[in-house]
Amino acid sequence: MDFIKKLFGGDIRQLGMIGALVFLILFFQWSTDGLTLTPDNLNNIIRGNAHILVLAIGMVLVIIAGHIDLSVGSVAASVGILVALAMRDWGLNWFLGILLGLAFGALIGAWQGWWTAYVGIPAFIVTLAGMLFFRGLNQFIGKSNTIPVPEEFQTIGGGSLPEVGPDTGYNNLTVLLGLIGCAVIVLGALRGRARLVKIGADVESPAVMWTRLALICLVIMGAMLLIASGTKGFPVSGLILVALVLFYGFLTSKTVLGRHIYAVGGNRHAAELSGVQSKKINFFVMANMSVLAALAGMMFVARSRASGPFDGVGWELDAIAAVFIGGAAVTGGVGTVVGSIVGGLVMAVLNNGLQLESIGADRTQMIKGMVLLIAVAFDLYSKKQGKPSLIGRLMDGAKGSRAATQPDQNPAEAEVTPTTDTIRTEN
Amino acid sequence: MTAGDVILEMRDITKEFPGVKALSNVSMAVRRGEIHAICGENGAGKSTLMKVLSGVWPSGSYTGDIVFEGKPAGFSTIRDSEHAGIVIIHQELALIPELSIAENIFLGNEQRKGLSIDWVATRAKAAELLARVGLSEDPMTKIKDIGVGKQQLVEIAKALSKDVKLLILDEPTAALNESDSQHLLQIMDGLRSKGITQIIISHKLNEIEQIADSITIIRDGMSVETLRVKEDGVDENRIIKGMVGRELESRFPEHTPQIGETFFEVKNWRVQHPIRTDRLVCKDSSFFVRRGEIVGFAGLMGAGRTELMRSIFGRSYGTWLSGELIMNGQHLTLKNVPAAIGADIAYVTEDRKTLGLNLLDDIKRTTVSAELSKITRGLVVDETAEYAAAEQFRTELRTKAPSVDEGVAKLSGGNQQKVVLAKWLFTDPELLILDEPTRGIDVGAKYEIYGIIQRLAAQGKGVIVVSSELPELLGLSDRIYTICEGAITGCLDKEHATQESLMRLMTTTTSRGAEATPTAS
Repeated sequence: MDFIKKLFGGDIRQLGMIGALVFLILFFQWSTDGLTLTPDNLNNIIRGNAHILVLAIGMVLVIIAGHIDLSVGSVAASVGILVALAMRDWGLNWFLGILLGLAFGALIGAWQGWWTAYVGIPAFIVTLAGMLFFRGLNQFIGKSNTIPVPEEFQTIGGGSLPEVGPDTGYNNLTVLLGLIGCAVIVLGALRGRARLVKIGADVESPAVMWTRLALICLVIMGAMLLIASGTKGFPVSGLILVALVLFYGFLTSKTVLGRHIYAVGGNRHAAELSGVQSKKINFFVMANMSVLAALAGMMFVARSRASGPFDGVGWELDAIAAVFIGGAAVTGGVGTVVGSIVGGLVMAVLNNGLQLESIGADRTQMIKGMVLLIAVAFDLYSKKQGKPSLIGRLMDGAKGSRAATQPDQNPAEAEVTPTTDTIRTEN
Repeated sequence: MTAGDVILEMRDITKEFPGVKALSNVSMAVRRGEIHAICGENGAGKSTLMKVLSGVWPSGSYTGDIVFEGKPAGFSTIRDSEHAGIVIIHQELALIPELSIAENIFLGNEQRKGLSIDWVATRAKAAELLARVGLSEDPMTKIKDIGVGKQQLVEIAKALSKDVKLLILDEPTAALNESDSQHLLQIMDGLRSKGITQIIISHKLNEIEQIADSITIIRDGMSVETLRVKEDGVDENRIIKGMVGRELESRFPEHTPQIGETFFEVKNWRVQHPIRTDRLVCKDSSFFVRRGEIVGFAGLMGAGRTELMRSIFGRSYGTWLSGELIMNGQHLTLKNVPAAIGADIAYVTEDRKTLGLNLLDDIKRTTVSAELSKITRGLVVDETAEYAAAEQFRTELRTKAPSVDEGVAKLSGGNQQKVVLAKWLFTDPELLILDEPTRGIDVGAKYEIYGIIQRLAAQGKGVIVVSSELPELLGLSDRIYTICEGAITGCLDKEHATQESLMRLMTTTTSRGAEATPTAS
């Protein structure tokens, strides 16, 4: 068990999430008599959920910064219909269509970001208003009709990597993609390790590292070979998703901007007194979310070949659920891009498996609701086990009421109480 | 039941928190119908004593006896003590802004007719109570629409509605202006003549001298003495002597100051309260700092020390009205925190946990957080440099942590403070403003922090230390400014400063501050 823990960086939460994903896949593989792990089904899972996962990437930034965005489904729908209309009626080609969509998303994002960051209206309200407004806008632009999109445009949602090179029985590009992925992961791990050695920090034992790398590569290559053996190659939408995960994963963990997002979500006042301009950060995360919502909307329209008046209904909830299953905290400051993707995949596999088992939408929703609740409950539990920080925060919050009822059983009081006189703030 | 008998006696009250004795064998007796003041420095244990009395700390969590109205009393909850007729009014008023005066007065004690509220009775009784405290407001006015002075009176009216026998007021005039304070003292006088016993906790010694019949002085969790104002002819000096009359306990590392030329000056700094625009939090403050100098700022709670420092640090508090900042001969306009950091000023906040640290973060990320640009290539954080910097400060400041990957929430107060210091030392500031740098940390860590502060001064940096602990300021500073009610009331050299002289300047209102001659040598 200790070895397994080390394998996943000793993080019980991540372990639990990945474990749940693996368990779900294996369970459905068994209960559907092998229908889950087939090339076409894997392909379908990626195609059918890429847009939600794109939203989850944007949403995790918003949630880390301590906000929420309820408007993403409506924004996606508005962008989708505008782009479809522009390509049909104004003669824009697919490339200009995508640019227009992203620009419109940025405009919406700037609008919502301004209200949130500079006017100071809670994002919940701003985006609730946006949810209504942009849903209406979609139906206003499209006159509540469905507008088809041209075939080239459909690639970003429904396309696959083409067959190139010699006939190996596999989709060559898909296999190549898997190999590149493995190489990047191995090299990244080795570089990180070399860096740690250089500065004299503790490093994990080689056995742990290589086992983990082998496992990861095994999973990647397994999935890619499976997909490559099917009738279609790896989906283009999946490729877009991978690129975004890499980009935003880097942004959140390695850049100044990423640091500042976590800082604002973790303690806005402390961040401001350290020179972080929290308004700019809040503006960025909200604006960025709408750009990604625009992209998600276009990917969905491309896959369903037309933009309709009810595209994007309920997406915000799927994206938010993915982020929270992925370990983000409602209070902000905590969360990762990769975690959110895993959270989104848990939901996706669950959906897919229940569908394969012909379980109706009614029970599927009931099950998904319970999964969300249990996942977050488990998360809370594991944090209590491993991280006194959270308990500390909870106790800080409950200080007032606790003080009256059970003062002496609470060691956390020790720091606070003897100096009650001095603790009062002067402002 | 004759006037003058003892209504409340507390005997040998000892209250311990894990590791700290907040009160040890405190005894006091309050006579019926008097106004009894409790004086002591910040942290002496005044509020803890009142919490014991009012049942915030339930009986059993402390040792000692409380006798109220001739009966042994030990209250388990605030409700119990209120039932017995003891009502405490806290410094932070517990009124609900969106409710009316009348609703607030009867909150939790609603005037009912069956299941519904009897509004006629509520209004009538509220009006009657308001008349008793001399407040002529419509009982249906919302709390948010009246000033703090009137809110304080509403609190008293609320207490009267509960048939109060002993009224405790914790710093009732701290947030009030002069005339509101005087009005409140008159009301207290009126209540005394109606036979209501009162206990007042206050830092404003002139008010205590004016209103109190007896004074109990608490120092370091022990009751030092009880003075009878009239019989003993007590004046402010006598109270101050009782409050600070102790030996310097904290030791300070050896340090020979090497003071250079003046490099930082603040002139006629005027700042408005962020919300209450009628109130100035800095009144024409001027001061200067020399290289290698440790400058102390002394003032009571609410005097405006933090407000002054934060307004200098990129206007992060209040609304700046006028005043100049001069650093190295150049006028500075620091409109925001990044500008202040860019000008090589650092501000270590008094409130470590809510303003100083992101408790979700680890040591290394915290250490570099105030000037990330120092370790970035392009927009990317160089994690190798980050680790090295954090490790360097961990070693230098001797922060006790298994590694710089440790979360700051897991550290003790002293080590957290070292991480906060590291964060600001990382920016390599010329001027370091330390607001209560040793608050809530133990003696050993204090000693280390003093050493760090002295080393910084020895490197030629200017250091400002704001502290509520006078011994700390006296031991550390080369020069000490005093602040009272937003105005700088004096400046004493290390040689001339004593706890008594500082306390006098700290409790001097602005008009009398002119008498004190600042020795700006």
